[in-house]
Amino acid sequence: MATVETGTAPSGFSEFWYYFSRNTGAVIGLAIFLVVLFVAVFAPVVAPHAPSAQNRDILLLPPVFMEGGQWAFPLGTDAVGRDILSRLIYGARFSLFIGVVVVTLSVLSGVLIGLVAGYFRGRVDTIIMRVMDIILAFPSLLLALVLVAVLGPGLVNAMIAIALVNQPHFVRLTRAAVMTEKTKDYVIASQVAGAGTMRLMFLTILPNCLAPLIVQATLAFSAAILDAAALGFLGMGAQPPTPEWGTMLAEAREFIQRAWWVVTFPGLAILITVLAINLMGDGLRDALDPKLKRS
Amino acid sequence: MFRFLLGRLAVLIPTFIGVSIIAFSFIRLLPGDPVMLMSGERVMAPERHAEIMHELGLDRPLYIQYFDYLGNLVTGDFGSSIVTKRPVLDDFLQLFPATIELSLCAIILAVALGIPAGVLAAVKRGTWLDQTIMGAALVGYSMPIFWWGLLLIIFFSGYLGWTPVSGRISLMYFFPPVTGFMLIDSLLSGQSGAFRSAVSYLILPTIVLATIPLAVIARQTRSAMLEVLGEDYVRTARAKGMSPFRVIGVHALRNAMIPVITTIGLQVGVLLAGAILTETIFSWPGIGKWMVDSVFKRDYAVVQGGLMLIAAVIMFVNLAVDLLYGLINPRIRN
Repeated sequence: MATVETGTAPSGFSEFWYYFSRNTGAVIGLAIFLVVLFVAVFAPVVAPHAPSAQNRDILLLPPVFMEGGQWAFPLGTDAVGRDILSRLIYGARFSLFIGVVVVTLSVLSGVLIGLVAGYFRGRVDTIIMRVMDIILAFPSLLLALVLVAVLGPGLVNAMIAIALVNQPHFVRLTRAAVMTEKTKDYVIASQVAGAGTMRLMFLTILPNCLAPLIVQATLAFSAAILDAAALGFLGMGAQPPTPEWGTMLAEAREFIQRAWWVVTFPGLAILITVLAINLMGDGLRDALDPKLKRS
Repeated sequence: MFRFLLGRLAVLIPTFIGVSIIAFSFIRLLPGDPVMLMSGERVMAPERHAEIMHELGLDRPLYIQYFDYLGNLVTGDFGSSIVTKRPVLDDFLQLFPATIELSLCAIILAVALGIPAGVLAAVKRGTWLDQTIMGAALVGYSMPIFWWGLLLIIFFSGYLGWTPVSGRISLMYFFPPVTGFMLIDSLLSGQSGAFRSAVSYLILPTIVLATIPLAVIARQTRSAMLEVLGEDYVRTARAKGMSPFRVIGVHALRNAMIPVITTIGLQVGVLLAGAILTETIFSWPGIGKWMVDSVFKRDYAVVQGGLMLIAAVIMFVNLAVDLLYGLINPRIRN
């Protein structure tokens, strides 16, 4: 039998990449993010010094482009003579780690709870949504701050607290998406064909709700980095001498008038990382939102 | 409208009870003995310990303690500070105007700049102006505001010496608070230079607190405007020969404002969270700094009462926004 050659349909990824790459900002964001990721993974190789190595004879050394700067310490040193660049490089590990842990925790729990609420509706749904309303009634940073005060200051507790205050957004989003999908024909068809509750929830409905969740997860990733840095800045996140960016800012605060660089660079690192992730988030939304594609 | 109000209240009451349970259990989840924490003493005779437990009502069953607590809340008793012994509500009411003043100035700045910026970006879609405005908005949205505040202090207070670093007004001026709002009180005091001083103290915290709402409002306005500008009635208005200014300013903007107003309402929580950081950086004597200080002083009675009051404020504002929205847009009442 003769075979007919047909062009293959574009794969899901190539279609995604087509829309994503049309957004220049998103591609720049992705490039910056990959650099931060590389630096974080290979920190021991990339960093010129150990993050906690103190050089007591060169305290508050200015960056290399200023008078008195040294190439050995490109961004200068802090109040106990530690290399700022090396601390920032190691700090990237903490920020990305925080982002990954918080998003994983809040997505897993949020999607599961949202799926249950949206699928079963009724009393379960009402109770779940009321609890989410209660969490959302507090300003997120305040609730996280108080939770960390209860649990004890530290990076792990800060991550748990941030994941908890982030989670209602995923619950609401999943619930809304599940409620829209549940009445569609393909779900009913699957139900008629004899699919069980678990199959309907996780294999039939959930994959079709992913687009908004992926976008929200990106935003939550950058928000988690910001919140963790804010808690570190307030003294309730990672504790010194951990080279976490927010904690570094808190330590540097008292030298604000004498040595601007100890304050400027950690914040710049936070801003650049968060900005890169948000740029990617905008690109993801363009690529995944079918409504925007046609406009 | 009355039914709509009742419906909203019916949701609000369980939320309020839930919030009170969280605030109540919080102090009981803390590691350590509450009596030892409150007294600050290291050693205590068991009799004295039992006596204090009884005085504080801590020896009774938990649910009775909770109902007592709830009863006190309803009568406006939010407990007293462990450190200063002052009632939490008094402190809150004294400090709250400072936070309102700062938040109001910030939201006014955010709206005054954010809406025109968003409209301009939408009208000039795809141009360098659009890209610049949206780029700046994304930077603002990604900003760690505690760092932003420090940068502004370094530049404007340290380098240029234009603005003071912390507080609400210069120590040269002293007058009794009338409204609690420094801008108004300084005018009422009649002292020359007082108002100017209050403004100079307010500028940097306002910019810092306004940054994120400003970015959010500009982005939201742009996307709402883009949607509206593609509608038929806008084309009709243009076809009638109406001036572009009138088409955009009257026809398009008015309809684009509905989602923007919702966004502005949602910024209340953002502002209060931002106030925690902004007030800490600028030593602004509002409720944000008060809460952070109390957490560090382990003044859990204040933290508990403060959480309750702040959540109540947010719920009240959200209710007000919902009602306002119901008035503007009758479709959602049902």
